[in-house]
Amino acid sequence: MKKRTVRTIPQTRTPVQELDPTIRARNFEEVNCGYSESEALRESERCLFCPDPKCIEGCPVSINIPQFIQKIGEKNFRGAYDTITATNLLPAVCGRVCPQENQCEGVCTVGENLEPVAIGRLERFVGDLAIKNHWVNKPYIHPSLFKIGIIGSGPSGMACAADMAKAGCDVTVFEAFHQPGGVLRYGIPDFRLPNTVVDAEVEKLKDLGVKFECNTLAGRLFTIEQMIEELGFHAVFIGTGAGYPSMLNIPGDSLNGVLSANELLTRCNLMKAREFPKVDTPLPLGRHVVVVGAGNTAMDALRVSKRLGAETVTCVYRRSKTECPARAEEVHHAEQEGIEFHWLTNPIEVLDDGNGNVRAIRCIRMDLGEPDDSGRRRPVPIQGSEFELETDEVVYAIGTNANPIIGQTSKLTLNKRGYIETDSNLMTSIAGVFAGGDIVTGAATVIEAMGAGRKAARGMKAYLGIRDIGPIPTDGSLFGIALSEHNFTRVRIAE
Amino acid sequence: MNSIAPGRSGPQPFEILRREDYSDVTYMLEVHHPMMARAAKPGQFVIVMSHANGERIPLTIADFNREKGTITLVIQAVGKSTMEMQQTLTAGSMLHGLAGPMGIPTHLSDARKVICVGGGLGVAPVYPQARAMKQKGAYVIGVLGFRNKDLVFWEDKFRAICDELLICTDDGSAGIKGMVTDGIKQAIEKHKDIEEVIAIGPPVMMKASANATRVAKIKTMVSLNPIMVDGTGMCGGCRVKVGEKVKFACVDGPDFDGHEVDFDDLMVRLRRYKEEERVATERWSETCRMSEPGLGELSKINEMAFPNRN
Ligand SMILES: Cc1cc2nc3c(=O)[nH]c(=O)nc-3n(C[C@H](O)[C@H](O)[C@H](O)COP(=O)(O)OP(=O)(O)OC[C@H]3O[C@@H](n4cnc5c(N)ncnc54)[C@H](O)[C@@H]3O)c2cc1C
Ligand SMILES: Cc1cc2nc3c(=O)[nH]c(=O)nc-3n(C[C@H](O)[C@H](O)[C@H](O)COP(=O)(O)OP(=O)(O)OC[C@H]3O[C@@H](n4cnc5c(N)ncnc54)[C@H](O)[C@@H]3O)c2cc1C
Ligand code: SF4
Ligand code: SF4
Ligand code: FES
Repeated sequence: MKKRTVRTIPQTRTPVQELDPTIRARNFEEVNCGYSESEALRESERCLFCPDPKCIEGCPVSINIPQFIQKIGEKNFRGAYDTITATNLLPAVCGRVCPQENQCEGVCTVGENLEPVAIGRLERFVGDLAIKNHWVNKPYIHPSLFKIGIIGSGPSGMACAADMAKAGCDVTVFEAFHQPGGVLRYGIPDFRLPNTVVDAEVEKLKDLGVKFECNTLAGRLFTIEQMIEELGFHAVFIGTGAGYPSMLNIPGDSLNGVLSANELLTRCNLMKAREFPKVDTPLPLGRHVVVVGAGNTAMDALRVSKRLGAETVTCVYRRSKTECPARAEEVHHAEQEGIEFHWLTNPIEVLDDGNGNVRAIRCIRMDLGEPDDSGRRRPVPIQGSEFELETDEVVYAIGTNANPIIGQTSKLTLNKRGYIETDSNLMTSIAGVFAGGDIVTGAATVIEAMGAGRKAARGMKAYLGIRDIGPIPTDGSLFGIALSEHNFTRVRIAE
Repeated sequence: MNSIAPGRSGPQPFEILRREDYSDVTYMLEVHHPMMARAAKPGQFVIVMSHANGERIPLTIADFNREKGTITLVIQAVGKSTMEMQQTLTAGSMLHGLAGPMGIPTHLSDARKVICVGGGLGVAPVYPQARAMKQKGAYVIGVLGFRNKDLVFWEDKFRAICDELLICTDDGSAGIKGMVTDGIKQAIEKHKDIEEVIAIGPPVMMKASANATRVAKIKTMVSLNPIMVDGTGMCGGCRVKVGEKVKFACVDGPDFDGHEVDFDDLMVRLRRYKEEERVATERWSETCRMSEPGLGELSKINEMAFPNRN
């Protein structure tokens, strides 16, 4: 193959089809339609196959990106899938929700001169193909006698479960809700990540022999200590996430019509309240909705509110657009759908209509001052710039804290802010008990949570003395013998 | 180990072993869940989903039996979900979801003399606390309030564990004529050495009880019932104001110091979904009227409500 250079590759990023903003803002269909095969092939031609691929460093789980893109180019889609799943269990999910512009794509060499290679879209293309064709990488699993308990079925728990199942362990995932998936299920709405994708990923784990026990509130139904001492688990992983939502602590916080984004999203996504009264869970329906915050959660709350039929939906954020933590694509989509943004605006009071309901929110304009600890310029209020925004529903999406239940019921060492402390192998202060994901790091990303789940699995295997033979090479051969000749690669496990 | 039986996955069915009706609106369900029965402590609650499209509703664990492996729920039919459950659930039915035990168990104090107050539906949840205090050797005075004689339930259960029992009815058809606050006042006058009051019931009743003990400075614990979704500290819907601080009742409670709670705030917040609840209830009673269920029809409704049973 002729060596590609920035000048010979297709100069523009292959656009992806999206639903029309005016139509999609009224339904929950997925916005981004994903690449077709020809689009994926074209985009794959934009990768330079750098000898020193920066993109791999940018990916928290170090997917061999040039290799999988090369396989797409060769139309070896199954091979591309194998390359990705050597490190990333959830390509269909991560391809959709990773903040790629800060990760793999943010450091792609092509991005120095042109738009970077659309790594996420390519990854999603492969992930969707795998779901459609029911590809499962079922390795030969040599059964071990170990019993593993996983608490929480979010991305960290799922990743840890998959690795331990592949190591031959008897794995059970305990989930407090009645359906598995964590934030992927209750938080991220269908128009960004359809529930069918989450279902498919859960099914793949079941295929590996992982058992899911929903309706199980670990810590309270049984404690972590009891899992080890009485229930016979040889090791435990805690991936309970950082769900506990923050409130602003301004006057009017407890008025009816003020709620957390988590509550809005859970009612809408998990409880399907948008079909009320067909389903029993009611939904707060505002005509003029104000969402405070500008992270991914805020974007989801904004776009959900729009889809539920609000006349106006407004985002209020105290910093400027440059500092906003949401993915660029999400902000762009929100703008397209007619959501208004009040950058550099801070709420100071929620106002009462006299009956305990929200009437308006009083805000103050902000200016950017000196950089603070996070390196971002600190917003400072502009005296006398207060104004009122009329609203009947205020949604707080200003971050979350550690969920307290496990801390309340076990002797685990927590840090000052209530997150679980771990060593470098993600083992907690109790031997054999590991933790990872948002409950250790604070709210982060899906791919980081997944990476943590895998890292904890590695620690767990070392702790249990399960020898990790490392990922099976996917470059075609092992000891000089073609992989297909080995009988251990994708042998089906006994039913 | 009902909920962790190997090889099963997805939502677990939880079987109702026994049902009893205490009045037109109050019914009791005894549900099989050995692990929960083992873990449950006084003051805790569960979240129930009766069918796949149902609401997650919080209900106090009114009793538990570790030998039989059951927990007892006493439910008042007040709206769509609780009325529908009253119609459809019988011995042998399965709940779609049952999670818990949730909340911080009641901190059983070393008080030597306590009044346990239950108003209306609060009668059931105060029972395990009264029993636990009795087992700790305290002198237990029960004060139970009902609207009238026909609604009285669990009198015998309370007699068995209380040193004194005062029943109050609005119309005087049983016990004292008056409200639980009258019972509390009587008990406080008779006993000068009461160290604690535990009051559970509708917010107005808990507010009144807390006011009745404020002057005498008797510690008064209440159990709050704000609207909940997850019960795991994730949504913030259950937030309540306690001593100017915001607490999440499902993980920081549900028990709080009654003298610190902002009951007016709680009562306003409980009205949040009133309109939606009305719509749901009306729509539901209409479908019921249309089919005019006789006893035979009940199983049909049951089938409609639980399409994925078995
Ligand atoms: C609305 C929203 C949008 C987001 N968008 C993005 C995005 O676009 N891209 C991105 O990369 N990241 C996004 N994130 C962040 C990302 O979803 C999280 O970082 C990630 O899901 C964390 O995974 P986790 O496994 O640690 O926990 P979670 O996904 O939070 O899962 C924890 C699970 O544990 C369960 N649980 C908790 N306590 C118990 C218990 N005691 N017993 C049993 N089960 C329990 C919970 O019910 C939950 O299901 C978003 C987050 C939110 C809230
Ligand atoms: C910790 C806790 C323990 C509880 N224990 C019991 C119990 O042991 N027995 C019992 O009968 N009820 C109990 N409740 C109240 C019970 O959850 C509600 O009555 C039930 O959810 C109402 O649902 P519905 O659809 O039938 O009525 P709806 O039509 O939804 O509402 C009817 C009335 O109930 C109130 N309500 C609605 N949803 C809730 C909710 N989630 N929590 C509290 N009130 C609500 C509304 O303000 C309204 O006035 C408890 C609530 C909490 C928070
Ligand atoms: S997992 Fe996320 S960061 Fe890694 S390559 Fe895929 S999209 Fe990029
Ligand atoms: S940095 Fe960009 S161009 Fe280079 S290998 Fe990675 S994706 Fe391809
Ligand atoms: S019910 Fe959701 S936080 Fe308490």
